[in-house]
Amino acid sequence: MRHGKYRFIIGFLAIPLALYGVLVISPFVQDFQISMTDWSGISSDKKFIGLDNYQKLIHNDLFWKSLSHNIIMLLVVPLVTLSLGLFFAFMLNVGGRRRGSAAGVSGVRGSSIYKVVFFFPQVLSVTIIAVLWQQIYNPDNKEGLLNALLGNVGLGALQHAWLGDKSTALACIMVVMIWANVGFYVVLFSAGMASIPTEIYEAARLDGAERGTTFFRITLPLLRDTVATGWVYMGIMAMDGFAFVQLMSVNNGGPDESTDVLPLLLYKTAFRDNSQFGYAASMGVAMLIVTLIFAILSMRLSRRDRIEF
Amino acid sequence: MGSELNRRDLVKRAMAVGLVAVPSASFLTACASDSGDKTDKPKETGTVSAKNPLGVKEGAPLEAFIFKGGFGDDYVKNAETAYNTTYKTTVKHTGTQALGPKLQPRFAGGSPPDVMDNSGADNLDTAALAKQGKLVDLTPLLDAASFDDPAKKVRDTLIAGTIEQGQYGGKEVYALNYAFTVYGTWYSNKLFKEKGWTYPQTLTEQLALFEKIKAAGIAPYTYPGKYPYYVHFDIFAQIAKAGGVEGINAIDNLEPKAFQTDAVKGVIAYYEELAAKGYILQGSEGKTHIQAQTDWTKGKAAFIPNGSWVENEAAPTMPKDFDLAVGPIQGAASDKLPYGAIRAAAGEPFIVAKDGKNPAGGMELLRIMLSKAQAKAFTESLKSLTAVAGAEEGLTLTPGLASASAGLKAAAANVVNPRLGDWYKKLNEETIGNLTLDLLSGKIKAAEWITKAQAASDATAKDSSVPKFKHA
Repeated sequence: MRHGKYRFIIGFLAIPLALYGVLVISPFVQDFQISMTDWSGISSDKKFIGLDNYQKLIHNDLFWKSLSHNIIMLLVVPLVTLSLGLFFAFMLNVGGRRRGSAAGVSGVRGSSIYKVVFFFPQVLSVTIIAVLWQQIYNPDNKEGLLNALLGNVGLGALQHAWLGDKSTALACIMVVMIWANVGFYVVLFSAGMASIPTEIYEAARLDGAERGTTFFRITLPLLRDTVATGWVYMGIMAMDGFAFVQLMSVNNGGPDESTDVLPLLLYKTAFRDNSQFGYAASMGVAMLIVTLIFAILSMRLSRRDRIEF
Repeated sequence: MGSELNRRDLVKRAMAVGLVAVPSASFLTACASDSGDKTDKPKETGTVSAKNPLGVKEGAPLEAFIFKGGFGDDYVKNAETAYNTTYKTTVKHTGTQALGPKLQPRFAGGSPPDVMDNSGADNLDTAALAKQGKLVDLTPLLDAASFDDPAKKVRDTLIAGTIEQGQYGGKEVYALNYAFTVYGTWYSNKLFKEKGWTYPQTLTEQLALFEKIKAAGIAPYTYPGKYPYYVHFDIFAQIAKAGGVEGINAIDNLEPKAFQTDAVKGVIAYYEELAAKGYILQGSEGKTHIQAQTDWTKGKAAFIPNGSWVENEAAPTMPKDFDLAVGPIQGAASDKLPYGAIRAAAGEPFIVAKDGKNPAGGMELLRIMLSKAQAKAFTESLKSLTAVAGAEEGLTLTPGLASASAGLKAAAANVVNPRLGDWYKKLNEETIGNLTLDLLSGKIKAAEWITKAQAASDATAKDSSVPKFKHA
């Protein structure tokens, strides 16, 4: 019987794992191999040059600059996205004020509509979102949605060339990344909250717990695993950021390289700047290392005893 | 539950993370596999005759990969139809906006299409392809009899400068640039007539005019901050006019101190003043080329640096009576080149792949495109000049095109063509482009632009991974 069970499991896993090995792991191994050559990507000639590309990478200021932008994104985007996701999910599911009713636990009024609205951006492709927001950030005081709005409410002093200014460009792009992803986490956390028994909330209510207390003492601890998973996924997303930056930033990662991120630098190195595929491959490896460090760290930090209910 | 199970959970989750993280790194290899070149593959060849000077084999397949940008790809399809009837085959045609990512693996795999229009933002680096020996030298095409007149070679039908534009540091010609673009500051003749303004001949006159334009409630100048190198169309032309051909060649050749000349100082100081006096349309630094062009066609700004494709590209928003015009390069009376000099260059590089199956067919398609009839049709429908000399004669030209054509004729030999942008794309568009953006938004002064541009040029000159080119 036991023997049969393992054969069953192996039978199921063999094909997907083999496909994964061929389609995902092997390109990665190749990536590492290419990163030690001077391959141009357009011919089959390549010379083994050892770690020269990595040497060059370490001395490339733009690489460190791009990496620092990625790290800022890595810290800010998941934190804000998940916090907003948690807040909205909480309000939609258990944030209602109706007391005394039998059910006791409910969302704020109109929560079913909000759920749909929050999920909207998830349906749009990244390209559409980026183009849409580019119009919102349009620096024209009359045509740009944001600038016109500021002007109309008497905040004309705040009008800005949002994407054209070094001090705001990266933040503006991060806002869009957050906007585009919050909806998914609202749904994810809503599902997580639905699995928390309502008795716990009812008990808390009877003890006179307010919304804040309920959230921090009950909801958040019981959702920890979901949050940890979301954190890792969101972090990997932030590590990318390629599409948003490529589509929205001025002068491809500008102004003055203030929004350049590693994947964009990699793309430019491979497909544009004299077709340096080997060098770009070393950036790919660097990205993998950073992503893995992030994943391991966040796993370590979220490690704790599980609460059973 | 105990912590032991937790640890096991942790390992499981870490594995799951690994499964997700790995693909982000393998992105690159996924689009670039390398199956090795098969050199000296058999080529399709036919018999050479007067009608068929390149020896195209009848019935042999031909594959064309065409950039579908501002000009679309119908003009190539027209030539393909002619090719199909003559050689009894059907050309396999792909029109696309992103050639680079689609063609890179095919070049690496040794099976590229026969003929390509390698243009657009996502193109392959023509210079790199040429250096790697992936392209056919088009000299046989240039020496073949022209389509219309067997007594005339193809090279004798082209506008001067077209052939040089396709050379990458040697005698070989790797690209045939089909369209001919005139660059400069573009304006609405109608607006100028209405207000009684005249196109200024010098930068000093220009600044005086800008004061008047500003007083009339219009921004004198706009540019697309998202692509600040549009301003370089003017900057490097103005440097060429001031410092002469040697001055601009020194910059193209990445010579030390090429930027530290009076010519450069004068031109850059003008742009510093432009920013300081508030002559630039507010918000320009954050706009795309379409947004900037639309502001300009709507009359919010008077001048925009651009190329002659703007007439076609901005057509949807340009009023019918806009009366588009382009002027010669402005400078000073003491400049090395006289007033009337213009910046013009051949664009839309068509290349033929060395590893393709039918290079003769690829060149033949280009020979058909260079016929008077095809060139005329291109000019008529797309409002742009071609590399074929005089193909626009006898046509009723649109205002912008007429202005460009007249400017080109008046300039005679004084046509400048700075090459920094084609040879060192990153240096021109990004590194110096960022400086220009800062200069025009008033964040840096002219002196800083010059020092940093020189430093960037020196760094490129030293970088062994960048292929170098020199003016002959």
